[in-house]
Formats: sequence, structure tokens, C-alpha cells
Amino acid sequence: MALQIMTANRLLGGEVVYFSENAEWTGDFSAAKTVDDSDGAAVLLDEAEKAEANQLIVGPYLVKVERDETGIRTLSVKEGIRAKGPTVHYGHGLRQAG
Amino acid sequence: MYRYDEFDYDFVQQRVAQFGDQVERRIEGDLTEDQFKPLRLMNGLYLQLHAYMLRVAIPYGTFNAAQMRKMAHIARKYDRGYGHFTTRQNLQYNWPVLKDVPEILKELAEVEMHAIQTSGNCIRNTTSDQYAGAAADEIEDPRVYCEIIRQWSSLHPEFTFLPRKFKVAVTGATTDRAAIRVHDIGLAIVKNDKGEVGFEVHVGGGQGRTPMIGKVVREFLPKEHLLSYLEAVLRVYNQIGRRDNKYKARIKILVHETGIDEIRRLVEAEWERIKDTALKLPLEEVDRINEYFSPPSFETLDATSRLFEIKRFEHRDFATWVRANVVAHKQAGYAIANISLKPEGEAPGDITDDQMEVVADLAEKYSFDEIRATHEQNLVLPHVKQEDLYEVFSGLKAAGLATANLGLISDMIVCPGLDYCALANARSIPVAQAISKRFSDIERQHDIGELKLKISGCINACGHHHVGHIGILGVDRKGEEYYQITLGGNANENAAIGKIIGPSFAYDKIVDAVESVVNIYLELRNGAEESFLEAYNRVGMAPFKEKLYA
Repeated sequence: MALQIMTANRLLGGEVVYFSENAEWTGDFSAAKTVDDSDGAAVLLDEAEKAEANQLIVGPYLVKVERDETGIRTLSVKEGIRAKGPTVHYGHGLRQAG
Repeated sequence: MYRYDEFDYDFVQQRVAQFGDQVERRIEGDLTEDQFKPLRLMNGLYLQLHAYMLRVAIPYGTFNAAQMRKMAHIARKYDRGYGHFTTRQNLQYNWPVLKDVPEILKELAEVEMHAIQTSGNCIRNTTSDQYAGAAADEIEDPRVYCEIIRQWSSLHPEFTFLPRKFKVAVTGATTDRAAIRVHDIGLAIVKNDKGEVGFEVHVGGGQGRTPMIGKVVREFLPKEHLLSYLEAVLRVYNQIGRRDNKYKARIKILVHETGIDEIRRLVEAEWERIKDTALKLPLEEVDRINEYFSPPSFETLDATSRLFEIKRFEHRDFATWVRANVVAHKQAGYAIANISLKPEGEAPGDITDDQMEVVADLAEKYSFDEIRATHEQNLVLPHVKQEDLYEVFSGLKAAGLATANLGLISDMIVCPGLDYCALANARSIPVAQAISKRFSDIERQHDIGELKLKISGCINACGHHHVGHIGILGVDRKGEEYYQITLGGNANENAAIGKIIGPSFAYDKIVDAVESVVNIYLELRNGAEESFLEAYNRVGMAPFKEKLYA
């Protein structure tokens, strides 16, 4: 089974979060807990369900990732942008993204 | 400009209080996300890729300095110091926090603004000609009827849960600057043979995954029957429009599958039944609304200003800006000044809090306190004295808002794309920025002439690529961004849907491809007078395709 992590948006701020090895919801993609079997995926889904019920997160889903020597990395442009923030400056360059 | 009456004021205040309560219940856990989502969408609040996004309604794109200053204040206090003007003449904030949204709505209500009807399967904010009340080619001011439609459609009980969203646009001029033929209903104010003023009604236009040009369902509708006719169209759609498949639920699909003749028969039958009921517009009500849009107190001026001519002679950058961004006004001695929100290499439609305040100050001082947002993601000061144009230009230039590119290749409509949007397949803004940089020489842009380039990050077509002279559509190919080019689209009174030129291009090849298309045009045009679209319509796709893929 492919390597997977659990992601969502935080309810209050809407920011992208990941379920971490420390059993917390973090904005740090590199800290996301990875699983590679259906039991592990079920644990992540349970955690997401609890966090939703506790008004911490919205819209959780599992995302496939890869691991290389530097750590985990996203497989699609979309998840890459979710992890790192917009690739563009906004507000006519006066403010930086992220 | 329209001002709230007691009804409007109470209605918006009630909605602010309701939504504040709903947000509180959501945070407390008394509402689930499934229960809350339709409620937040009814108040313009989306959850996007990185954050919530709040879409603020600017009815028919008309607003004033106090409203602009309030939007600047909200950008500064609750967001990240900027806002984004959209193709529905609205403004979006990309980073609000859920708990702040009730406060934001309260602040908006202080200046007669809200976020109602900016989302959901209802009748959305009616859009219009950004030059309304100022255009030399105008029959009547369309905003009067936009406001009547706003009042009729706001929380219309029958049309709050339509099969899909429903967009209406109105133009009062012979040149269609509101893209009415790609709306669910497009209304053109026309004069009939007897000299009476009424509406030509188009129905079933739209973009998205199935682009269609609207068809004329009625050639002349007397003004007093505007609402009864709209109600008849909406009722037919609401009753027989498809609800089983969201991709086939827009009225354009109903018109296409049923045929315009049958749709016309059904609408006219319903209209006959209701046209002389309470929906018939009383003349005094039209007059009352008309009062809000009466022309400002223009001075009697010469047709041309000597000071203006001198400044244009002395300052080349001013002359270039005038050439591109200033349009003739119906009133002698006045002009329409367009403010491009497409500076070189920046995100189209974005404006900072400080820039908003500069525009507000200029509008107050030089344009009778009026500002317009355009569906092409720019702003307009509609009533500027020619002799004040240099001062306006200087103020805009100091704020980085004097880009002289209106209608040129870098004046692109661009959706937020994958940098912000949860639905997008590909990024739009970086592609626009790269094209803008590639064509940074403004003289080169002027030499190319009028060229409307529009970019969408997915088939929902929020960036209007179907009606771009050059359209770019972002697609997903196995997780990678690719871009399809269309040619020959047009949003004005000669509306057309662009055709796909051929296989799509990778992210790092799309700018070269666009430049090639432009160079092919420059080679084959019959002189500088023949625009890109005219040349394309003359020669067709073949020479472009042959050379682009050679």
C-alpha cells in the first residue's frame, strides 16, 4: 500500500494541517505521520473523525506521499501548494506569500 | 448611487446577527460542517485551499470612497493587507479567520455592504457595464434595472434553491462591456422602431465545462414587464431544469436540450399569466430608483481642455496612459479613467489596502465619489474632468496603479487558480505574471493592439478563457499542470466561444506558445489596423495551428 498521511483544514483559521507523529494537528508537512497499510490508515481516519467532532478540523482526507532521503514529499502540484502556500506574491508584491 | 432604505438596513442587520449566531454555534459544536456549509455559503464564505475566502458583493460594480476605505480597513485589520477584484465585480478576501467573519460583516454593513448572493444556487449579484451613466453610447443607465433586479431577487423565496447558480447581466449601451451573452440571462437595453426603450432578453449563455452563447428569447420587452418576464424565465428553469447532475443543471443546458423555441413558448405562456400582477413595475417606483442614479452635477465645459492637452504633450507616460486607459465621456470636458489592476508581473485583480485608500481619495476628489469595479478585474473613475486627468494619473502613478495597458495583452482576466482555489487543476496567476513580464515593453503591447487574453485554472472557466481572443485553460495531466490554448473567443456583442488550437503545453512552455501565437498574428495581419481577433476571423485557425506546432 502506498505511503499516506492525513490532512485537513483547521476549523477556526482554515489553514492546512497534518496529523503528526506527536498526535497533534500541525501546519508542518514534514512532521506528518505516515502510514503504509490499511490498519494505519484506519487509525488516521479515526483521529480525523475525533478532531472533526471536537471542532478542530474540517474536510480531512488521506493523501499519498513519497519518501526520499530528505523526508516525505507530495505527489501532486496541488498538495505541494497546500503544503507550502501560494507560489505567488500577492497584493502587488508588497507582501510575501506564506 | 443607491442608498439603503429602512428595509435594506434591517435586512442586512438581521443577516449579520443570524450569521454571527451560526458561526458561534459552529465553533461551539452545535452545528456540524455539513449543516454549517450551506449557511456560510449563503454569506459568501468559502473554504479554499489554505484559508477561508470571503466574497463581498459590490452590486453592479458601483461603490464609493467610504466603501473602498472600509474594504481597505478590513484588508488591513482582518486579512493580509490586500483584496482581490473578481469577474463578478465583487471583492474577495483570501485569508479571513472564521471567528472574525461576523465582525467583518458588521463593519461592511456600516457602509451598506454585505456578502449575500455571492455564492450558492441563487440569483447572484447582477453585473453591468462599468461605464454606466458615463458612456457616450448608452441608451439608458442599466444600474437602475440592476438595482430593481437586486431588490426583487434578494432572498426571493421561490428562487433561493435553484438547480444551480444563476447570473444576470445588464447593459445599457450598444457596445457590450458586460458580457451579457455569456450569462444565464443577459439584458440589453434597446430602442424599438417606435423609439420606445425596453429590453432584448438573452437566455442560456454561460461558460464552464459547456460554454454557450445565449439565445434571444424576446427581442423587445417593455420595461414595466422586466420582473414578470424574469420571474417567468426563472420559474420555467426552476420547474424543469435538471437537478440530477450538477454539470447539466445550468439553464444553458435546459435551453440547449429543450430548444429555444420551446423555452420561449413556456416562458411566454407563464409570462402571459403573471405579467399584469403585482410584478408589473410601477412607473413611480422606476422613477424613485432612477433618482439614485441621476447624473452628478457636471460643470459646463469645453469639449477639450487646454491644460489636458498641454500635459499630454509634455509628459509621454501620461500620454501613453491616456491613450490606453482613458475613454470618452458622454459629458463634454469629462472623461472615464480606467485604473488597471494588472501591473507588470503582479497578480491580476489584487489591490493593497494602501492602494484602495489612494483610489478612494481620488474618487472623492475627482470623480463625484464614484468608483466602478469591472468584470475584467480593473477599476474605473467614471466622471473625471479632463483638466484633472493629470492629477489623477500622478496620484495613481505614485501608488503603482498607472499601468497603461487597458485592453492590451497584459490586461488579462485571470482566476485565482491552484494557488488559492480548491477546485483548480493548474495555476493561473504565475502564468499571467510570466506573460506580463514577457510582454513588458508597453510599446510592443500597443503595437500588438487590442488583445484579450483570459486564463482559467480549470474547466469551471472563472477566468473566462472561452471568450478570450486567446484563452488559456489549465488542465491536470497525471498530477502535472498543462495548458490548452483556445483562439477566437469574444465576450462583446459579437460573442463567440474560442476553439482549441491543439495539444496542450507544459507549464514551462505555455508562455513561449502564447508569444508564438502573437508573432504569427503580427506576421499575417493586414497592417496594424487589423486586430488579433479580426485577423483570426479572416484567416481561421489553420495558419496559427500550422506554425505553432511546426
